[in-house]
Amino acid sequence: MERIIVALAGNPNSGKTTIFNMLTGARQHVGNYPGVTVEKKEGLCRYNDCEITFVDLPGAYSLTAYSIEELVARNFIVDQRPDVVVDVVDASNIERNLYLAIQLIEMDVPLVLAFNMSDLAKQRGLVFDIDQLSRLLKAAIVPTVGHKEKGRSELLDAILDTARQRKRERTHKVNYGEEIEQELGKIETLVVAGEPQLAQKYGSRWLAVKLLEQDSDITARLNSKELLSTINASADHLRSIYAEEPEIIMADRRYGFISGACHETIKSTVESRHTTSDLIDAVVTNRFLGLPIFLLLMYLVFLLTFKLGEYPMACLEQLFAWAAKAIAGLWPAGGESWLKSLLVDGIIGGVGGVLAFLPNILLLFLAIAFLEDSGYMARAAFVMDRVMHKIGLHGKSFIPMLIGFGCSVPAIMAARILENHRNQLTTIMVIPLMSCGARLTIYALIIPAFFAEKWRGPMLWLIYLIGIILAIICARLLRLTLFRGETTPFVMELPPYRMPTLKSVCIHMWQRGWMYLRKAGTVILGISIILWAAMSYPKPAGHSLEGLSPDEIHRIRLEHSLVGSAGRAIEPVLRPLGFDWKIGTALIGAAAAKEVFVSQLAIAYAVGGDDEGPHTLREKLQADYTPLTGFCIMLFCLIYAPCVATVAITRHETNSWSWALFQFFALTALAYVLTFIVYQIGSFAVA
Amino acid sequence: MVKAGETVKLTRVNAGRGLNIRLASMGLLPNVTLTVVTNGHPGPFVISVKDSKMVLGRGVADKIMVS
Repeated sequence: MERIIVALAGNPNSGKTTIFNMLTGARQHVGNYPGVTVEKKEGLCRYNDCEITFVDLPGAYSLTAYSIEELVARNFIVDQRPDVVVDVVDASNIERNLYLAIQLIEMDVPLVLAFNMSDLAKQRGLVFDIDQLSRLLKAAIVPTVGHKEKGRSELLDAILDTARQRKRERTHKVNYGEEIEQELGKIETLVVAGEPQLAQKYGSRWLAVKLLEQDSDITARLNSKELLSTINASADHLRSIYAEEPEIIMADRRYGFISGACHETIKSTVESRHTTSDLIDAVVTNRFLGLPIFLLLMYLVFLLTFKLGEYPMACLEQLFAWAAKAIAGLWPAGGESWLKSLLVDGIIGGVGGVLAFLPNILLLFLAIAFLEDSGYMARAAFVMDRVMHKIGLHGKSFIPMLIGFGCSVPAIMAARILENHRNQLTTIMVIPLMSCGARLTIYALIIPAFFAEKWRGPMLWLIYLIGIILAIICARLLRLTLFRGETTPFVMELPPYRMPTLKSVCIHMWQRGWMYLRKAGTVILGISIILWAAMSYPKPAGHSLEGLSPDEIHRIRLEHSLVGSAGRAIEPVLRPLGFDWKIGTALIGAAAAKEVFVSQLAIAYAVGGDDEGPHTLREKLQADYTPLTGFCIMLFCLIYAPCVATVAITRHETNSWSWALFQFFALTALAYVLTFIVYQIGSFAVA
Repeated sequence: MVKAGETVKLTRVNAGRGLNIRLASMGLLPNVTLTVVTNGHPGPFVISVKDSKMVLGRGVADKIMVS
């Protein structure tokens, strides 16, 4: 069985992902390139007795050293030496797409061009002389329509053909014009003489081109000082003739070559002035309509997520409750067993609560995938940019934050769309301040307990608002201190609108959903077990429990346990906030998952069973605490330590424990300080 | 100040090397024709160049000189 590696390159929005899905089906694996938070996607395909591993390189317009994605793509090609590189080209937008192809041609890779979206190109009246273009570019060209799965076998045939040829001719040259070619000649000679290893690895011509462009990555690999000064002299010379940087002139020459090639081989038979996309954009990006339309769409997305998700979520909760009873039933009634407790209270209780959210999460991902694949998200970033700019962020930052209202975990994953690392980190740090769905259970408990009917709505709204305001302030602060610096200039393509296919949207959705399941599930499982142990042990002596009701027994056990002791231990620290040990234990438990707060507090107050739970618990809370404390509880829960799943995902996305722990402790510290201030001022005012 | 719907020719980009080459890779080079689709001054612009549409954020559009 032959085995080859094929890299997939292409512009963003060229349909590269659809082609990747078309070639590999569901057999994909997502990871990271070593050392960087750039996603690496691999997939397998078996065709004609050959096993092909496809590596989906990050979408890029070029292969410069200016962005980490481009550098990663370029280095993969040079270091891993794939057998074939397939450049997915948007045939309806060919000139710009071929710019990347030219860069690949200059790298002397065995190249196949997939002219994707060829149906759109046909609609636009474009007719290609494939043979001649193929000759000019020295690469096989295969027309494809990715989302209709057309061209798959032809593409695979071309890939195998190209792989088997195994020719590595170093003859691919773009003519940069006399002056530049002269300088390139000088540099190339010196490279061959002075840097033989580099020349062997990269090819002397390509090196000369990169060096004259003053590519930072390649230049850093040089040893010869003589070479450096020659390059600088050449660059200065060219600058004086053209009044422009060499790399710009060279980019210009590449486009010139492309223009020439296209002029000879592509005919346009239809003059279409305005497309449907343009018409939709006229409305959606309109100065006045744009923002309201966006807000309406977001409202619909949330409505969909929570309304449609209600039923499956209720089903899942039933399922877990049933499972708990079934397992508990395996032991004789009234019998005590650590295993039963572990399974029912620890695992099913802990993990079940989080897994019940899965339908909501998947629906949210589905909606987002639809908006992204259709092309609308780019317009949303455009519309939001003006607003976000006022608070020092990018238009694109709003999207992850919006998702954070549902759950922080997918929100933090969504921050990947922010190319600027500083922007991404800032956004990730403040996302937990967007009140997530889990915190809602806490508010739903506290608010009716302490506030009269007419204040309840405004109270809830106030809490959410505080979260948003804090997020804005913190983001601003972070951008001014830790993550200071220029934000990447906002340059973004607006792809034509497309009707997403069910298949692509589902794959998109499932990739994120699976990550949530796997990461949140494994971490939550581990922590649930630890928490269960900390809540169950040490056990009080049997005789001290005689004659007490089951609820009282629960309460005493909690008091006696590790978590209970911890609650008592931190009580002095919590007193200035108006909290006692019972709230303390609930807060500790809620570190695993916010929903745990409610069940922990219920146990601490010896309130059992779900039926009577909330009412009696609220009565007891009302008896013990003031509305001020109630508010402080919500404030603290809003801000402090994000749940374990969030910490785990932050670590994953930032590739370091330091940021995850920073987020955890900084938010907790902020919560403490703010709640302290509010409580102290509040009690002073009331007193 | 270019109005929405106008087609102009790019003369030069007055930006740092990073932004300059980024715009260049996307086709914004001296002497190309571009059309302003939406003038969002001082906020983002939408322009059309070489068959594709792009958003240019605040500050970016100011750096592109046209005639």
